[in-house]
Amino acid sequence: MPDDALLTALTDDLDTGFAELVRDYERIVYSVALRIGGGGDAEDLTAECFLRAYGALRGYDRSRILALRPRAWLLTILLNTWRNTARSASRRPQQTPFATLPERAMAGPSVEDMVENGETRRELGELVSGLPDRQRVAVVLRHVVGLPVAEIAAVMRLPEGTVKSHISRGLTRLREDYAAHAATEARKVPR
Amino acid sequence: MSAEDRIVEELSKLLATPPYSTAAKVFADWTIVSSRIGKLYVAFTDAGVSYIRTAESVHHDDKTFMEIYHHSFQRPLRRAERPPTGLAPALQRPATAKNVPVDLRHLTPFEREVLAATRRIPPGQTRPYAWVAREIGRPRAVRAVGTALGNNPVPVLIPCHRVIRSDGQLGQYIFGSEVKEHLLRAEGSNVDETLALAKAKVFYLGSDTTHIVCYPTCPDARRITPPHRHGFRTLPEALAAGYRPCHHCNPTT
Repeated sequence: MPDDALLTALTDDLDTGFAELVRDYERIVYSVALRIGGGGDAEDLTAECFLRAYGALRGYDRSRILALRPRAWLLTILLNTWRNTARSASRRPQQTPFATLPERAMAGPSVEDMVENGETRRELGELVSGLPDRQRVAVVLRHVVGLPVAEIAAVMRLPEGTVKSHISRGLTRLREDYAAHAATEARKVPR
Repeated sequence: MSAEDRIVEELSKLLATPPYSTAAKVFADWTIVSSRIGKLYVAFTDAGVSYIRTAESVHHDDKTFMEIYHHSFQRPLRRAERPPTGLAPALQRPATAKNVPVDLRHLTPFEREVLAATRRIPPGQTRPYAWVAREIGRPRAVRAVGTALGNNPVPVLIPCHRVIRSDGQLGQYIFGSEVKEHLLRAEGSNVDETLALAKAKVFYLGSDTTHIVCYPTCPDARRITPPHRHGFRTLPEALAAGYRPCHHCNPTT
């Protein structure tokens, strides 16, 4: 449903419109929750995000609802929820299983070889979870759910230039980790 | 294609579909169910029944029920096709009510403990507020127990109508004391006998053959034949006479 129709639905009947909002945005919200480190809590984080959004909508008047940009608004709520609950409640050690690996790739299968591998998606997810918070959020918003840089800047409350630099550094690090990971895998399982 | 481009392409494939319906976790369902006290409006989540109101208490109006629910729960509602499994039979046959899952996440731990203890009172029996307070290890919190029961979000299903005053009067009820009395009579509680005993200042009954003392609504007390039946005003009085508290109704002072 286009956003303006969605917002009108929300003002017509909040609960009916909200079902549309959940249907339209649950994939994006869940994917970000999962990839920024929700892990097994991603479903709960997603549900909590929508519940907070609902609570906020109940307090908004018609004009405020019609002025919303639902995707950026929901993702802002998600990041706040994540900062307030998931992270503080269970400050588990950062998952950086490949952080100690050499920065440059040794001889081994190329990245191209690796991405053919069925295991790759899970491994890439793990590498993403090893990125520093801001790089991880920026990379996930840009490349997993495809937000424009301007919208990411609004969601993360950072200047666009800073966002671009987080994305770029995040990608560089992912590429290095990826190659390093490929190299160790090659040593573990000689071909 | 450069390695970075391949990573960008792979990242886009990390978009994932939730394994569980988000709507089912976010929305509560609502429906109307028949019960011994007429139609009930019921809201329930994926965790269990979360809210029950008589149709009468919301003026037989869907919107009123939804407004009250929204105000207390801040959660969207959708109309359910049917009530959750087991609820309809539980409302007809109270013995099965304790098996129906309830969602009490929004309550305080104290309130949840009060309701859990209350749920253990069998159909047809009553306990004083002080009994609930003792059961949860807070014997002095009798008034707080009363308040927690007054806030019971799922009356009838969690039988707060089975908790009465220590002086034997039925006491207050969310839907009015008449409804409380009706519910107790409908499940076979000996309301008239209990009130008559209370009038005679008898709040415990003992058998001089077993020397066990019970609440008057306990099946063990109701079985005592008149020649062997002894009434007591207080539990210490019964203990002093050589009686021990019943293991079933577990009376307290």
